[in-house]
Amino acid sequence: MEHETPAGDLRLANLTKRFGIFTAVDDLSLTIPQGSFFALLGASGCGKTTTLRMIAGLEEPTSGQVLLGDRDIAGLRPYKRPVNTVFQSYALFPHLDIHENVAFGLRRRGIRKVTDQVERMLALVQLEGYGRRKPAQLSGGQQQRVALARALINHPQVLLLDEPLGALDLKLRRQMQIELKRIQTEVGITFVHVTHDQEEAMTMADTVAVMNAGRIEQLGAPADIYEYPATAFVANFLGQSNLLAGEAAGRTGDDVPVTAHGARFSVPADRARTDQGPVFLGVRPEKLHLVGGPDEVPAGHQHVGGVVSDASYVGVSTQYLVRTAWGSELSAFAANSGVGGRLPVGTPVTAHWDPRHAFLLPRAAGEDDQTSPVLDEPPVGALS
Amino acid sequence: MSALAHVPASAGQPAPPGPPRGRNRLLPYLLLLPGAAWLLVFFVLPLLQLAAASLYDPSGSLATGYAMTGEVGNYWDALSAYWPQFARSFVYSAIALVLALLMGYPLAYAIAQKAGRWKNLLLVAVVAPMFTSFLVRTLAWKTILSDNGALVGLLRDVHLLGADGRLLATPFAVVLGLTYNFLPFLVLPLYASLERLDPRLLEAASDLYASPLRAFRRVTLPLSMPGLIAGTLLFFIPATGDYINAELLGTPNEYMIGNVIDSAFLVRLDYPQGAALSFLLMAAILAIVFVYLRKAGTEEVL
Repeated sequence: MEHETPAGDLRLANLTKRFGIFTAVDDLSLTIPQGSFFALLGASGCGKTTTLRMIAGLEEPTSGQVLLGDRDIAGLRPYKRPVNTVFQSYALFPHLDIHENVAFGLRRRGIRKVTDQVERMLALVQLEGYGRRKPAQLSGGQQQRVALARALINHPQVLLLDEPLGALDLKLRRQMQIELKRIQTEVGITFVHVTHDQEEAMTMADTVAVMNAGRIEQLGAPADIYEYPATAFVANFLGQSNLLAGEAAGRTGDDVPVTAHGARFSVPADRARTDQGPVFLGVRPEKLHLVGGPDEVPAGHQHVGGVVSDASYVGVSTQYLVRTAWGSELSAFAANSGVGGRLPVGTPVTAHWDPRHAFLLPRAAGEDDQTSPVLDEPPVGALS
Repeated sequence: MSALAHVPASAGQPAPPGPPRGRNRLLPYLLLLPGAAWLLVFFVLPLLQLAAASLYDPSGSLATGYAMTGEVGNYWDALSAYWPQFARSFVYSAIALVLALLMGYPLAYAIAQKAGRWKNLLLVAVVAPMFTSFLVRTLAWKTILSDNGALVGLLRDVHLLGADGRLLATPFAVVLGLTYNFLPFLVLPLYASLERLDPRLLEAASDLYASPLRAFRRVTLPLSMPGLIAGTLLFFIPATGDYINAELLGTPNEYMIGNVIDSAFLVRLDYPQGAALSFLLMAAILAIVFVYLRKAGTEEVL
């Protein structure tokens, strides 16, 4: 099948999918550049898998287009699309051995001599010598790599990965993330990776799209999204955030002054998504530093006072909850770098931050502070 | 300290090897016993008796008794006299099997994969006819196919059947009866196999350039092989030995080997010949099953 149209960007234009009255994907438009590693990140039920299945052709869009280069492939049957999928369940053919599983796509396209290609592909995923085994005789991680080889051998223009690492344990998942990234760099195919694991999305993808309720909330490079989220949903889904409810009253010079809980703060104007009305003042927990009193706050930093209400030691860091005078609990991560001791519960502290690390998000009137609970796993970038 | 040290020591001790294990070893055989005894009394012994009867001197009779003369010629005589019925049995049940597959595979597939909440109702519909007697159902077909029935009338009106054409008492009726009566035995094992078929495998096949037809050939069919093999055997074996359908829906011209064996034992009282025919039928079926299983290759299927 060398007569394919020259590869190009994958574009979704006003893609919508409704199941009865439920809108799974809502007027989605985005462009995925050729050769990039793109992650669709969202909680379950946000429409990310439905989007993927529409690209694969396993689901028919209610409206909209799926464009590969200049060609609309939305009407093509799945077996006519130059797109392959690594399924969440792997969906290996249990009656065929590994060699035949990997050769399946080539054989269906009428290619007779497959052995060399299959061997090369098994080497790429480090499964040489496993060709004669059946899928049931392989471990989860090995099956995952067979599923990858089975899709990659067809040299698709786009490879779709539907939570491919979801069934693996943590250590193997990390290993496979690095592996997948290596393979993507090696083959240069566009990867579209669907996941609910924010860390997975951030470590692997060039571009991350955060999806919520069938729409894309924010799209960009992982660091950009993390450092300057566009909505409260993104701020809390990708890592954790302390969001203080406040009111902004327009821009003053390069800053946006904010009144929150009776105190005045300010945020640089280039880190404000809005400068009028109800806002969230956001600070990431690792950007929040704890000191003994207001007199210890470095110049230029802003601060709030409170009492340590919880301290969780998680090895690389200690995660504190600080109860403020108005009752909200802020989280603050302190790296266990050996500098400074640990603060016991009940210690009065002052939490301070550099205004250049804060961000301002629009808030629906009436919404109160949002501070995410302490997670078991340290979130992405907490200590970097 | 001593208490701590004591714990593992005593923990290692319960479960001494001894009587429980000995009983466990015998348990499988004990569980086998009732079934094995049943088979011995009601299958193996009659089979041996039948084998002996097939070698009796054919000049004997029930009244005068049979002499055991090791008459191997019984087999040859039976076969040369009744080979047409033998051949007819296999031809009829083969045609019926093909028809049943054409109807039964799509049916089983639809129930297993597409029926959704109607699945159980459809399964009951497949099995429900079995709640009435085999004989009653076959007699019902006799009514449906009868010369004065609505079906024949309709077919004559649209000239699919000649003015004096008939359905009853034809090979068509017998094959139809076989197809109808044994269809559930084909559908149920097939259903069980297809029900386990993961539809995601078909999506994967489709994703890997297999058209629906090829996905069926390469994925659905091989994965339904266990059910297909079991179903065809459960259909073919009783259909080949059947005599009710030929008896009720056919004429002596449609008689199958089952009818001949039936009459040898119950009408002509020729026990040696009936026994010889029974063994010939059994041997033929065993040979066919053996070849079939070798060809279909069950080890391919997990």
